[in-house]
Amino acid sequence: MNAWTLILLLLAVMAAAYNLGRKRAISGAGGIAQIKTLHSLPVYYGLYAALWAGIPALLLLGLWSGFQDQIITALVSSSLPPDIVNGLSEGRIGLLINDIKNLATGNIVSSTVTPEIQAAADQFARLEWIASGAKWLVVLAVAIAGLALALSQTAPKMRARNRVETIVKGIMILFSSIAILTTLGILLSVVFESLRFFHSIPPLDFFLGINWSPQIALRADQVGASGEFGAIPLFTGTLMVSVIAMLVAVPIGLMAAIYLSEYASRKVRAFAKPVIEVLAGIPTVVYGFFAALTVAPFVRELGESVGLHVASESALAAGLVMGVMIIPFVSSLSDDVINAVPQSMRDGSFALGATQSETIRRVIVPAALPGIVGGILLAVSRAIGETMIVVMAAGMSANLTANPLDSVTTVTVQIVTLLTGDQEFDSAKTLAAFALGLTLFMVTLVLNVIALTIVRKYREQYD
Amino acid sequence: MSTVVEVMEKTTGAMSSAELAGEQHSRATVGDFTVADARMACREVEVWYGPKKAINGVSLDIGKNEVLSMIGPSGCGKSTFLRCLNRMNDTIDGCRVTGSILLDGQDIYDKSLDPVPLRARVGMVFQKPNPFPKSIYENVAYGPKIHGLTNNRAELDALVESSLRKAGLWDEVKDRLDQAGTGLSGGQQQRLCIARTIAVSPEVILMDEPCSALDPIATAIVEELIDELRSQYSIAIVTHSMQQAARVSQRTAYFHLGDLIEIGETNDIFTSPKHRLTEDYITGRFG
Amino acid sequence: MTNPSTPSDSVTPRRAADIVNASLKRRYAKERRFRLIGAAAVGLGLTFVLLLFGDIISKGYTAFQQTYIQLPVTLSEDLIDPEGTRDPMTLARADYMTPIRQSLRQFFPEVKDRRTRRQLNSIISVGAPQLLGEEVVADPALVGTTHEYWILVDDDIDMLVKGYIDRNAPESDRRVNDQVIGWIDRLEQEGRVAKRFNTIFFTHGTSREPELAGIAGALMGSFYTLILALTLSFPIGVGAALYLEEFAPKNRWTDLIEVNINNLAAVPSIVFGLLGLAVFIGFFGVPRSTPLVAALVLTLMTLPIIIISSRAALKSVPPSIREAALGVGASPLQTQFHHVLPLAMPGMLTGTILGMAHALGETAPLLMIGMIAFIVDVPGGFTDPATVLPVQIFLWADSPERGFVERTSAAIMVLLAFLFLMNLAAVLLRRRFERRW
Repeated sequence: MNAWTLILLLLAVMAAAYNLGRKRAISGAGGIAQIKTLHSLPVYYGLYAALWAGIPALLLLGLWSGFQDQIITALVSSSLPPDIVNGLSEGRIGLLINDIKNLATGNIVSSTVTPEIQAAADQFARLEWIASGAKWLVVLAVAIAGLALALSQTAPKMRARNRVETIVKGIMILFSSIAILTTLGILLSVVFESLRFFHSIPPLDFFLGINWSPQIALRADQVGASGEFGAIPLFTGTLMVSVIAMLVAVPIGLMAAIYLSEYASRKVRAFAKPVIEVLAGIPTVVYGFFAALTVAPFVRELGESVGLHVASESALAAGLVMGVMIIPFVSSLSDDVINAVPQSMRDGSFALGATQSETIRRVIVPAALPGIVGGILLAVSRAIGETMIVVMAAGMSANLTANPLDSVTTVTVQIVTLLTGDQEFDSAKTLAAFALGLTLFMVTLVLNVIALTIVRKYREQYD
Repeated sequence: MSTVVEVMEKTTGAMSSAELAGEQHSRATVGDFTVADARMACREVEVWYGPKKAINGVSLDIGKNEVLSMIGPSGCGKSTFLRCLNRMNDTIDGCRVTGSILLDGQDIYDKSLDPVPLRARVGMVFQKPNPFPKSIYENVAYGPKIHGLTNNRAELDALVESSLRKAGLWDEVKDRLDQAGTGLSGGQQQRLCIARTIAVSPEVILMDEPCSALDPIATAIVEELIDELRSQYSIAIVTHSMQQAARVSQRTAYFHLGDLIEIGETNDIFTSPKHRLTEDYITGRFG
Repeated sequence: MTNPSTPSDSVTPRRAADIVNASLKRRYAKERRFRLIGAAAVGLGLTFVLLLFGDIISKGYTAFQQTYIQLPVTLSEDLIDPEGTRDPMTLARADYMTPIRQSLRQFFPEVKDRRTRRQLNSIISVGAPQLLGEEVVADPALVGTTHEYWILVDDDIDMLVKGYIDRNAPESDRRVNDQVIGWIDRLEQEGRVAKRFNTIFFTHGTSREPELAGIAGALMGSFYTLILALTLSFPIGVGAALYLEEFAPKNRWTDLIEVNINNLAAVPSIVFGLLGLAVFIGFFGVPRSTPLVAALVLTLMTLPIIIISSRAALKSVPPSIREAALGVGASPLQTQFHHVLPLAMPGMLTGTILGMAHALGETAPLLMIGMIAFIVDVPGGFTDPATVLPVQIFLWADSPERGFVERTSAAIMVLLAFLFLMNLAAVLLRRRFERRW
């Protein structure tokens, strides 16, 4: 009785509807010989019936599956005896509901099972059973109703093709707006949780505080119960790793792009360009592994051989590897913009007796500068948002330091740390992750918009 | 030399129509391609793009203080030939030049000769104005700066000013030298490119259809400028406009499918062309 | 105005040529330096690729083999199947550890006291009895006989045999002491130690014991996730691209969508994880740690990539095709579906494959939605708890055991192999169907 069976069943109904609609159109026209009297090809009558049978039912199924859990939870929690609920914090109630759910589905329960909770669990299971049964019945009923409606409309004069095309266009518009919905979803999810976070921690403490030690208070009187949420060490950590990465990626990426587009022979270019771009296709978790197990120990040993103390998870190691990851990003974007500089610029410079490097440094790079800057900004945004390398190689300790050999932590590392592992969804600790996410999203959004605008302006200039 | 030319004249006079249509036949040049005081002397120049021959044994001289115009139908190789004169063809893959091109008696395709100083001596102005995306001042100062022609800022300022003056642009731009060169009008941009070329004090200036992207008024100004520049420089100009050739040049060369067909005093070429191809082109039968 | 007679005003050509010639040496030195720096940058880039691959392969290739010891094990009927029913359940649950240990002890009769005996027992992997049990279930006739079996050893022994443990290090710094090394050496001299192809790595789910850990669970998780992500993102991406490129009016709204899509392609992936956590899990109650929720998140992540490449593919279909179709009376939608879409399809598929390759390697957002949970079982559907290959790599990379280093590297090699195949498919597709209009 699971959702996949229902979806398969719906697909079967759609296939049947297609056949019925087609047949009905043909017979309505008076047989295959009279097919010319139909407004549209029989196929479209079939499609029309299938769409009517499938789409409302699928929509309903989606909505139902999305909201069933919430409605049942609300029903169960409202029917809990008041003497259990009274005096419990919101978070404790959440845990209680979780227990009830686990009990109902036969999972392990964290607290002792009281008769009230057992009763609630039974009610939960019963509602769940009713809801699933009802879902099947209602969804199938809607599918058949849709089919009946479509068939009743099917007549030779019905403009089936136009109707089908309207529906298809509508679906395509829906698809296009998913992009907007995604952005909206991101904004809403991070903004709402962040607001709740800023309700308990003042924004100024968050953005300007210099101590980061997110603790959850299990009891109100616990020592160090009030965690500190000053995000400055995270910002500086992120900044340091990103700066190291850019110091590696920009010179190497830019010079490689210049060499490959201006100097290299066709053969060298055909070989080296795709090989360097391989770096862009490697998953970040692989870089993380490389950073943590190879580069970090290497940096540590190197530092120690010259008498420097290097943390085993240094910002330098993470930054270096992140830089390597970003090289192809910088080089292929720079390559694009350098190639977009018109040949006439090169000709003009050569005709004055400039050498190739003079032409590149004094004419081509200045001409391509807006595009290169745009590309670098995109790369910075990528460095700031990069997660796996820093999670695996940069460490967790929020040091406010300017020493790249120290261990630092970043915004993305903290988001991962705060949100993995089992904890309540509402504690300041988890909410802090959303506040960090909001900061991250806004910063990268601004960088991206600026970068994309610069790059687009640049493209238009030479188009 | 003159006897050879006479012999050639006879043979070309008897050309068949098949040959007129452009067969793979090496044609000899009609007219005297030499001058007494040559700045550049080209002999039997051939240009190959890979296996394809683009220029077919062209010989001509460019004299001091004269404007030589090169005309001919599109694809006749006049631009290709022009680009050989300061080795701009070097930047094209698979391009090969044979024969000899002498600048002040020195072969510019000699292995020991370096194209960088050569291009400082033989400047070039292109079909489409191509100012660098820098300020007007920086555009003109670019050449002198890379070559280190001036010792200080004052000298550079003076050089920029004199170059812009020679290009007839100074009065129009003197108040906005720090504005972008790309913001000027098409005609001004082209004069800026000429000023940029003059600034490195070349001996020869090559112009590849310098007015084709300009309106008639701007064209008239540039043509006037070319005439003035003749007093100091040797100029070779490729043009598709016969009127322009007639207006600015002292000698004219007519190219056809990679061959130099006829060369001579501009007046003679336009009033009494000796070769039928030249005549057909000038009277507008094709081109 | 400057006095026109100042010497700098007009550099004579002769003087200019001299100056130019004098400066040449210095300028060419600069030119060579610049060129060298460029070549060095390219060289560095290539070196990094080489280093990365070299490091992973040299660390990981040994994981494709696993150490076993050959022992004659007597499976007495009294111990394995006292009732003689040969019921598979009984056979699977029987105690196989005891006969294995008995067999091992016969080789080292000198081991008497309990501590040493425990050390001897630790040579055998805790998973060895189960593997032996599987063999017996497959062939019940083995009960009551004595056979030579290849018995899986503990990961420390595996590391020792593969040479990862420095025998010259002080005994206290080693995971394996001198006595155990002596035993293994003796078994090796008798030809009872061998490295065999590591099938466990490909057929088992993860485990806390390196020698029992495999990638089958993660691979199936990745498979379910990608299949679902593909079925969602391809139609949606193509539909959106078709609308935006061919039907949408050019106005503020579509401009906004366009900017939005470009921006979404550059949003940090971890933010999509937050979205998945708050919206899919928190709001819609999609079960955590499942391929379903992973696929939903990855669909939203790859959509921008697919839409952008699909629009590029549509753009490359010349307008004449559309005009020809419209000219014979096809409706705009028929024109698109019958003529434009088939021509743009290779480009769209290429973009989709690249998007899926991207999704296959993605880790960070999946950590947020619970794919990080420790799941031993191989998932059997879209709503089973699962992990995916890159997350498995992350988890193993965090494990302290030496045996996981080579397994992590090997898992990376498998992941990279899949990515390579997908990219190869994209390249071949592009080559095969590339059209020049």
